[in-house]
Amino acid sequence: MAETILFYLFAVGVLGAGAQVVLRRNPIHGALALVASFFFLAGIYVLLSAHLIAILQVMVYAGAVMVLFVFVIMLLNLKDEELGQTRITLWKGAGVLAILGAVGVSARAALTTVYSGPVTDLAVREASRGFGGVKAVGRALYLDSLLPFEVTSLLLLVAIVGAVVVAKGKI
Amino acid sequence: MDELLHIGPQHYLILAAMLFALGAAGVVLRRNALIVLMSIELMLNAVNLTFLAFSRFPLAPPPPGGRIEDLLHGHAAVFFVIAVAAAEAAVGLAIVIAVFRSRVSINVDEFDSLKL
Repeated sequence: MAETILFYLFAVGVLGAGAQVVLRRNPIHGALALVASFFFLAGIYVLLSAHLIAILQVMVYAGAVMVLFVFVIMLLNLKDEELGQTRITLWKGAGVLAILGAVGVSARAALTTVYSGPVTDLAVREASRGFGGVKAVGRALYLDSLLPFEVTSLLLLVAIVGAVVVAKGKI
Repeated sequence: MDELLHIGPQHYLILAAMLFALGAAGVVLRRNALIVLMSIELMLNAVNLTFLAFSRFPLAPPPPGGRIEDLLHGHAAVFFVIAVAAAEAAVGLAIVIAVFRSRVSINVDEFDSLKL
């Protein structure tokens, strides 16, 4: 029962804050709504028993990536008229709601036959062995996907150098 | 009613589909390059949610007593998606700054130099 209440609470939060990201005219409002959306999504991840990923979501997304976004928004310092004219938000809100409803209904129709038998809940079955915890996910990362993990570090290095080269202009 | 109250894999997957649609709508509808980048982050998070939902509720139940890390490859995939998203945000925002320098605008409709 607690899972039901928390799921709907977090789901409404995720979609509501996500709709703010799409609909708000001012990018700083959108960025803050995106932070809220990431926090609610971290709650959903905890419900899915992905504890390590939930913490990473808060630290990397809501922390590092969004600081980058807010920093760039402040750096550009757009004037009010450069943000474009206000459009009718009622119609846009109705459109977003219609899109969400259509996608939800069609996804539900598509999923009716996918899980036909009894559902295995690994979070319950493997809870004693630390499903989703740091140790188990760390073993999956370091034992089974060590090469992709190291390539990721290379990717981050390339991204840092690339970001500096692109943004600096003259070197 | 029982279907609504008993949270199963479908609920998480439908939520992920809706979040992805929201992000896609943002990419298509908005003209502000920063909002477009943020909507891409929303879509990446929807994909992460799908990975984690299938990790908790696998379609083919694995036999009990196997290695625990064999059940957590979805979590590892989410880890990589988060790392790639961080890199994408850094490079994307750098491109936005570079374009803003030369054109003094972040309206994606005005970035049409390659248009014939």
